[in-house]
Amino acid sequence: MATQAPVSVTVAQTAPRRLVLDVLHDWVTTVDHKKIGLMYIGYALIFLVIAGFEALLMRIQLAIPNNHFVSPQIFNQLFTMHGTTMVFFVGMPILFGFGNYLIPLMIGARDMAFPRLNAFSFWISAFGGLLLYFSYFGASGLYGAGSAPDVGWWAYAPLTARVFSPGHSSDYWTLSILLGGVGTIGTSLNIVATAISMRCPGMTLNRMPLLVWLYTVMSCLVFVTISPLTAAQIMLMLDRYLGSHFFDTQAGGSAVLWMHFFWIFGHPEVYVLVLPAFAFANEIIPVFSRKAIFGYPAMVAASVGIGFISLSVWAHHMFTIGMTAGANTFFVLATMAISVPTGIKIFNWLATLWGGKIHFTASMMFAIGFLFQFLIAGLTGIMLSVAPFDWQLSGSYFVVAHFHYVLVGAILFMIFSAFYYWYPKMSGRMLSEKMGKWHFWLFLIGFHLTFDFMHIPGLEGMPRRIYTYEADRGWMMWNMIVSSGAIFQAIATLLFVYNMIWSYFKGPEAGPDPWDAWTLEWSTTSPPPVYNFAVTPTVESRRPLWDLKHPDDPDSHYE
Amino acid sequence: MLAYPIWSGLAVQVPSGTGSTSIFDPAGTPAHSIFSLSLLVLSITGAIFLVVGGLLTYVLLRYRHRASDANAMQEPPQIYGSNQIELSWTVIPILIVVMLFLATARIILATQNAPKPASALDVTVIGHQFWWEFRYPRLGIVTANELHIPVSDPKNPTPTYLTMSSADTNHSFWIPRLAGKMDVIPNRVNTMWIDPESPGLYLGQCAQYCGTQHALMLLRVYADTPAQFAAWIAHQQQSAANDPGVAEGRSVFQHTACISCHTVAGTVASGRFGPDLTHLASRDTIASGSVPLTPANLRAFVDNPAQFKPGCLMPAMHLNDHDLDAVTAYLMTLK
Repeated sequence: MATQAPVSVTVAQTAPRRLVLDVLHDWVTTVDHKKIGLMYIGYALIFLVIAGFEALLMRIQLAIPNNHFVSPQIFNQLFTMHGTTMVFFVGMPILFGFGNYLIPLMIGARDMAFPRLNAFSFWISAFGGLLLYFSYFGASGLYGAGSAPDVGWWAYAPLTARVFSPGHSSDYWTLSILLGGVGTIGTSLNIVATAISMRCPGMTLNRMPLLVWLYTVMSCLVFVTISPLTAAQIMLMLDRYLGSHFFDTQAGGSAVLWMHFFWIFGHPEVYVLVLPAFAFANEIIPVFSRKAIFGYPAMVAASVGIGFISLSVWAHHMFTIGMTAGANTFFVLATMAISVPTGIKIFNWLATLWGGKIHFTASMMFAIGFLFQFLIAGLTGIMLSVAPFDWQLSGSYFVVAHFHYVLVGAILFMIFSAFYYWYPKMSGRMLSEKMGKWHFWLFLIGFHLTFDFMHIPGLEGMPRRIYTYEADRGWMMWNMIVSSGAIFQAIATLLFVYNMIWSYFKGPEAGPDPWDAWTLEWSTTSPPPVYNFAVTPTVESRRPLWDLKHPDDPDSHYE
Repeated sequence: MLAYPIWSGLAVQVPSGTGSTSIFDPAGTPAHSIFSLSLLVLSITGAIFLVVGGLLTYVLLRYRHRASDANAMQEPPQIYGSNQIELSWTVIPILIVVMLFLATARIILATQNAPKPASALDVTVIGHQFWWEFRYPRLGIVTANELHIPVSDPKNPTPTYLTMSSADTNHSFWIPRLAGKMDVIPNRVNTMWIDPESPGLYLGQCAQYCGTQHALMLLRVYADTPAQFAAWIAHQQQSAANDPGVAEGRSVFQHTACISCHTVAGTVASGRFGPDLTHLASRDTIASGSVPLTPANLRAFVDNPAQFKPGCLMPAMHLNDHDLDAVTAYLMTLK
C-alpha cells in the first residue's frame, strides 16, 4: 500500500507581472531540472525546424535529375549540416530534455543530483550548436574557402585534412562536436548519479520506472562512446594545427583509424538515441492499454543487453572497407545478435497490448506508428547485417532509408508521442487532440511516401550524398515520390508547432493526472512546483498511483 | 529551377538494359551470390513482418477500448509476465539468427577467399577527385573512367582482379550488376574481383563521398568478347597518333598548362594529376562518364570544365576561340 496521497499545492495566482529581463535572468541562471529540461527541448525544436528545412532543400534538388536548384557545394553543406544537427543538436538534446524533466519527478526527487553541472552541460551543448551554425559566417577564414562544413556528418579522413578542407569549416565542425560531447557526458553523469542516489524511500532498483532504467543504460553507453569521439576530435585538431599525422594519409596517416574511432561512437549512438524512445514507449503503451508492462525484468535485461552488444557491432558500418573475412564474419554475428533483445522488447510491448483496453489518443497513435515502423526498421537492419548484402546496399539510398526509418519512423514518432503525453504535465494544458490526429495522419502519410519509396533507388544502385543523378537510371520516379512526402511532413510539423503554441494559451486545463496514469510525476500539480513534491513520497511498487487508486488490489502483491 | 520537364523521366523505367544499375539484375558471380542470399534474407524478414505485423494488427483491432462495453470503465486484468512465453520468443529468434549467420558466413568466405585463377586479368584502380585511373600492369596500358575487361566464361573463367587505392580521399568502386562495392582508400590497398557473364556495358559510380563533385564520378565497365578485348589491347598499346594535320593544336596543347597534368604517351606531355589522354578519342565519354565525347562537348569542357562538372579540379583554360578549336581538333585525333 502506498502511504503518500497526491500532494496538492497552491501556487500564488496573483504574483505581479515581472519584467522581461527578470524572466530572462531567471531562465539563464536557473539550475532547476524542469527549466533546464524545457530549455533543452526548446533549443532542440528550433534546430529540428532548421535541419528539417535543410532536408526539404535537398529533396527539392533531388526531385528531378540534373536539377540546378542548388550548387554541389551548397548541397554538400546541406547534407553535412542536416546530419550533424539532427544527431548532435536535435536528437540528443530533445531526449536529454525529457530525461531532465522526467527523471527526478518519476523517482520522487526534488532535482537532479548535480543541478549546477546540469546547467553547465546544457549551456556548453547549446554553445556547440551555435558554433556549428556560426560557421556559415565565420568559417571562410583567410582562404575564402567553403563556409559551412561539407565533409558529411562522419567527416571521414582525409576529407578533413587541411589540404582537402582549407578554411575553417572543419574546425567549426570539430569544435561543435567536442563541446556537444562535453555537455553530453555531463548530463549522462548526472542521470546515472540521480538514478542511483536520489530515489525516494521504497523505490528499489527493481521498482524504478523503466524510463529511468533505460535512461541510465543510455547514459552508461554515453560514457563509453563519447570518449573516443572526443579523442578523435582532438587528434583531428592536432593534425590540422600542430602537424601530427593521425589521419593525414598524405603523410602516412590512416583513414581507417578515423572510421574506427567514429563508428565505435557512431553505432552505439543509435542506441543512445533509441533507448529513450523505448523508454517513452515503456511508459506510454501501458497507460493507454490500461495494463502493467509485460515482463518488466526482461525489459530491463534486454535494455542492458542491447547496451553491451551495441558496443561490439561498430564495424558493420565498415563492411566495404576491405576487412578480412574473419572480421566481417565476427561483426555479422554481433550485429545479428542484437536483434534478439530488440525482438524481446517488441514482443513484450505486443503482450502489454494483448488483453488490454487500448485508447487511441494522439499519443498512443504515434506510439503504435512507432511499433510498426520500428519493426520494419529492425528487419531492414537485419538485411544490412548480412555483410554480402551490405556490400551492395552500403552507401546507397537503401541505407539512408533504413536509418531514417529508425530515426524518424521510430525515434521521432516516439518523441511526438511523448509530447502529447507529457505536454499537459509540463504546461498545465492539454494539447488539442483534434490537431494531434491531423498531425499524426499527415505525418504518417508523408513519412511513408518519403521513406518507404527511398529504399527502391538504393536497390537500383543510387548512392547517397550525390547532388544530382543521371536521367537514364530509372531513379527519377522514386525520387519524385520521396520528395513529395517531404511536403506532407513539413506541413504536419508546422501544425504540431502551432498546436503547442495554441494549446499553451487556449488548451483545456490538464489537472495533475489527465491520463489516469501510474507513475509519480502524475501525483504532483501540472506544471509541478519548483520543489516537485512538498513531501517526499514513499512507494511500495512499480506503479505507486495504481496502488493508490486500487487499494484492494495493489501491485505490490504481485511483484 | 525546373530546367528539366518533371514528368518526362517517368516513362524511363529501365529495369534492365544499358541504363540499369539494379542489384536485382545480376550479371556476374559475386552479384549472383549476393542476389540469392538476399532472396533468403528477404523471405525470412518478410515472414517475420507478416507474423509480427499481423499479430500487432489483430491486437489493435481486438483489444481496442469500446465505450459501449458493459464494463468499459473497469480496468482489464493485469498480467505482469510469463517466463514460458518470454523464453519462447527469446529462443526462436536465436535459432533464426544462427541460421542466417551460417548462410551469410558461407557467402563471405566464398567471395573473399575465392582462389585466383592463373587466367585472371590484373587491373590497378586508382581513385582520384573526381575520376578513375585504370592501369593494366602486365599489358602496359593506362586509361581512365572506362574500364575494358574480358567476358568471363564459366567453363574457362577469366575474372578481373582489381587492386585498388586512392590518390587523395576515400572513394568506392561500385558496379551493382557485377559485384558489391569496395572502398578505395588512400594509404591502403584493397582487392576485389568481377567476372561479367555477357558482353556489354555495365554502369556504376563512386559510392563513397569524396568531395565536391562526388556525384559525377561515374564508372563504365565494358565487358568485351575475347576478340574485341584483344583488339582493344592492341590498340591501346600503340603510342599516340601523330597527325601532321593538327600540328598547331598539338603545339597549343604542349605550350599551355595541359601537360602539367595530362600524359600523351610519346610526347612531352607526361603529367600524372589528370587522366591519361593518349587514346582519349577512343573513349565514348569525357568528364568521367558524365558527357558523351563529341568535338563540341570536348571544346566546351576544355574551355571551362565546371560547366559540366562544377567543382572539378581541372581549371578553366580560357583559351581564345582559335586555340580552342585547334586543341579540340588535336585531341580528337588521339584515337
